[in-house]
Amino acid sequence: MKTIFAKSVPGRSAWRLNSDAPKAADMLPAGLLRQDPPRLPECSELDVVRHFTGLSRLNYSVDANFYPLGSCTMKYNPKFTEYVAALPGFSRLHPMLPQLTRGVAWAQGALRCLYEAEQWLCELTGMKAFTFQPMAGANGEFAGVKLMAAYHAAKGRKRTKMLIPDAAHGTNPASAALAGFDAVNIESRDGMVDPEALARAIAEHGENVAGLMMTCPNTLGLMEVHLPRIVEELRRIDALLYYDGANMNAIMGKMRVGDVGFDVVHLNVHKTLGTPHGGGGPGAGPVGVGERLLPFLPAPRVIKNGDSYRLNYNLPQAIGYIGPFYGSFAVVIRALAYMMRLGGEGLSRASEYAVLNANYLKKKLEDVLDIPYAHRLCAHEFVASAPDGLHALDIAKGLLDRGIHAPTIYFPLIVKECLMAEPTETESRETLDEYVQALTEIVAQGKADPQGLAAAPVSLPVRRMDETAAARQMVLTEDMA
Amino acid sequence: MPYIPHTSEELQEMLSVVGVRSLDELFADIPAAMRPQSFDLPGGRGEAEVCAYFEDLAAQNRPDMVSFLGAGYYAHQIPQAVNALSGRSEFYTAYTPYQAECSQGTLQAIFEFQTAVSRLLDMDCANASVYDGGTALFEAAMMAVRATRRRVLVVDECINPIWRIMLGTYTSGLDLELRLVPQASGVSDMAALKAAIGDDCAAVLVQNPNFFGAVADYSELFARAREHKAFGLISVYPVMQAVLKTPGEMGADVAVAEAQSLGQPLSFGGPYLGIMACRKAHIRQLPGRIVGRTSDLEGRTGYVLTLQAREQHIRRAKATSNICSNQALCALRALVHMSLLGPSGLARVAESGMALARYAVERLTAIKGVELLNDAPYGNEVALRLPVPAEQIIDRMASKGCVPGYPVGRYFAGMENVLLLACTEQNDRRQIDFLAETLGGLL
Amino acid sequence: MSGNPDNLLYSNSHEWARIEGDVATVGITHFAQEALCDITYVELPQVGDSVAQHSEFGSIESVKAASDLLSPVDGEVIEVNSALENTPELCNSAPYADGWLIRVKLSGQPEGLMDAAAYEEFCATQSH
Repeated sequence: MKTIFAKSVPGRSAWRLNSDAPKAADMLPAGLLRQDPPRLPECSELDVVRHFTGLSRLNYSVDANFYPLGSCTMKYNPKFTEYVAALPGFSRLHPMLPQLTRGVAWAQGALRCLYEAEQWLCELTGMKAFTFQPMAGANGEFAGVKLMAAYHAAKGRKRTKMLIPDAAHGTNPASAALAGFDAVNIESRDGMVDPEALARAIAEHGENVAGLMMTCPNTLGLMEVHLPRIVEELRRIDALLYYDGANMNAIMGKMRVGDVGFDVVHLNVHKTLGTPHGGGGPGAGPVGVGERLLPFLPAPRVIKNGDSYRLNYNLPQAIGYIGPFYGSFAVVIRALAYMMRLGGEGLSRASEYAVLNANYLKKKLEDVLDIPYAHRLCAHEFVASAPDGLHALDIAKGLLDRGIHAPTIYFPLIVKECLMAEPTETESRETLDEYVQALTEIVAQGKADPQGLAAAPVSLPVRRMDETAAARQMVLTEDMA
Repeated sequence: MPYIPHTSEELQEMLSVVGVRSLDELFADIPAAMRPQSFDLPGGRGEAEVCAYFEDLAAQNRPDMVSFLGAGYYAHQIPQAVNALSGRSEFYTAYTPYQAECSQGTLQAIFEFQTAVSRLLDMDCANASVYDGGTALFEAAMMAVRATRRRVLVVDECINPIWRIMLGTYTSGLDLELRLVPQASGVSDMAALKAAIGDDCAAVLVQNPNFFGAVADYSELFARAREHKAFGLISVYPVMQAVLKTPGEMGADVAVAEAQSLGQPLSFGGPYLGIMACRKAHIRQLPGRIVGRTSDLEGRTGYVLTLQAREQHIRRAKATSNICSNQALCALRALVHMSLLGPSGLARVAESGMALARYAVERLTAIKGVELLNDAPYGNEVALRLPVPAEQIIDRMASKGCVPGYPVGRYFAGMENVLLLACTEQNDRRQIDFLAETLGGLL
Repeated sequence: MSGNPDNLLYSNSHEWARIEGDVATVGITHFAQEALCDITYVELPQVGDSVAQHSEFGSIESVKAASDLLSPVDGEVIEVNSALENTPELCNSAPYADGWLIRVKLSGQPEGLMDAAAYEEFCATQSH
């Protein structure tokens, strides 16, 4: 499709402000003004609407396709939460109003949303308090790691090592590094954190260990069986335990991370709590803490006094600001609406059916793909390997040809040719059966006609792209061509 | 059961395929000792009931005040087509476009966004977005730190104080020095900024218009940075950028912005949109997702995520940033917004706010004791010195249904009497007359 | 088949060094370029930087991977292969010739490197 810039016609416009304002040149000295207007598109409203409607049709999405992308929890996003977030009482509210002494009164509904969302998340996870400032999962990880640093600093010590299992998401070591920690890799054994490797790391780095970042169930979709021992090992050296909430959809109502010894957790509300992914964002990454990290939460915190709500900026031990205000507010209220709609029982049920769907799919695929740890029950997702001689990438592309989004294939790094599928609770058995059928056909095709499968996809707007040329030539804008 | 399609027959059949008797048996790996100590959440409610609950909460907010509050976040008009197009679920229920063949819509939109941002800021290239203006400023600073391998950042105190505090939080574990150059009555102290730049500096960070609304030309400052092989970093207000001298024209290395003003509702603080653009020489340092144009094996033009080897999923601890999810849908909104307004539409929005700000200055400075904080040129926002604390005036005007601006003293000690007043195309002369009359009556 | 030249020394991180007097030319091996696939970018140090054996002096990227470059020798960088800036694929097509990375003025003779035969044996124990 032509770009919107290629459709631009000088002098055309979609939207014009009725204003008698003078030109900028009459209000500011010429030396402060730009020489030429920015070359933005000049289009009619219909041009713009057709263009972006056309683009939208080139996408796969949850609303149109099964999207079992592992680790991303692509569940159905209920429509009513879009309505709630768009209510003008929320969408037009300036975030600085409650910073004004009397302004607090003008934002009571919004502050109450934040307060209630915090109550829900605390009970859901067993943590003491939450901040909504982090604007996505990785941003939440960074906030969590900074909280861990603040804990040690308050005890008058600087610890520099962050232990991270090798199955962890790449954001974990990146977030630790961004906060100034050295990431120490902990190897897996039998799909679990190897307790011996953990003990060795603790022996080597001793009281220089700030904490451990864990994903549980882990990225192989397995519950960590050594968890009590891991908690004990870290407590012994007064190190902290971080829970990466990416896989929270597996445990709602079944385990609370606060109860089992985690000190800090981030949640990906765009995964677990039904808010849309937006083609890559925006998300929200609220961070919850237990007693030990409570004093360090970023300012402000929402306080309830009787029936009214206000902000507390007076938090002397706070780590500072992770975000400008109260995080992705419009995302958080969608999540609150989702939680209220489901209730505690519904949230627990979501995890039950997410795990059921994943186990059903795993069982049905046992004869089609290679499934490590097939003897174990999986959580909300599972990892399979392409059968001998086949590539995960080709299988993924074969699925695209059948109208199904591919599972995750670039992760986890510790399984070769991996296909990590997460069906979520919102998919029906027919959809899962169709997925099994599609994979069965694709594997058969791959064995009979590997060249044919390597040519997939053939039914989409484009076929496989030359990614090497993209990286070497770097055409990143219309003007770099 | 909301959003779960399984019938009870299907449930039983699926359990038997898996080989367990009950749903709870699927959680056998979680021993009794690790089960929740409490799970005391309310029961589910119907959709209409939940909607009504939020309608009621929304009604307890008062976004309808006559407001001159800005301070980096502005109430601009948003064409309904922005909502309609970003509300297409083919966009908003997709994930990050890892599988290029089924994500060309998102990918091409990001490519167009990168183009629009680069043209607006007059830079070579841009990324697909970061979370907000504050994180964009931090990421830009880190680009300079990595590229120069230096550890000093010269920071103009005239940048938004919220972003300055964020910068402090984000860099606090990294052994960097933030060399803060104090503002001088709401304008950048150019001489002190120049003097602060040395051969140890990674970058100088400024904002235009600055937090106090003042507009300046940072060309000479950036030239000075260049002499010392340091980066010139600038944060801008995208709407004003339609008319103001560009980061490119000033010789900046990296330009960033809080792009809330491009089609994002205020929404009580987010989600917003951080944009980042840079010169081609620095592209390898640019964090986050970047889309490139290439061709498929039949030679058709298409788009892919590119330069991914810099990113956390490959580089892990050595990545340029930890960012994964970004603000893709907000970027789409910004692109649609810019496409609808076009260059002249965006300039009219800027000029409308500027003209109203000039009218407000004329009316308010006619009141005894009210004067401009400085004589610097300004855009649509301006700092006024009042004869009494600004908080006091804001409090007293609350009952009149008016927010006259932001009390600068909240972040700048000694500036308690300074009011920061912003105008956009959503304000009008009548509101300013009302503001002037009310304020005149109070002073 | 890999044709690792006999006159070079090899490291277990898959770099090679050609020692000529007190100058070493450094590159990546055939094994390394094959493992990385299509190389898209090579980040090199600046002339005048010092490098230390087994320490990072740059990085190399392909579409789906990135790895650090570890120096097989100690010394000071006296020349970098600027052709790689625009044609990083030289590391794929000619890893032992036009795809060289840097030249280093040695501060001492390197120890612990392998000859071609030993390196080939080492590679046989590694899988891609």
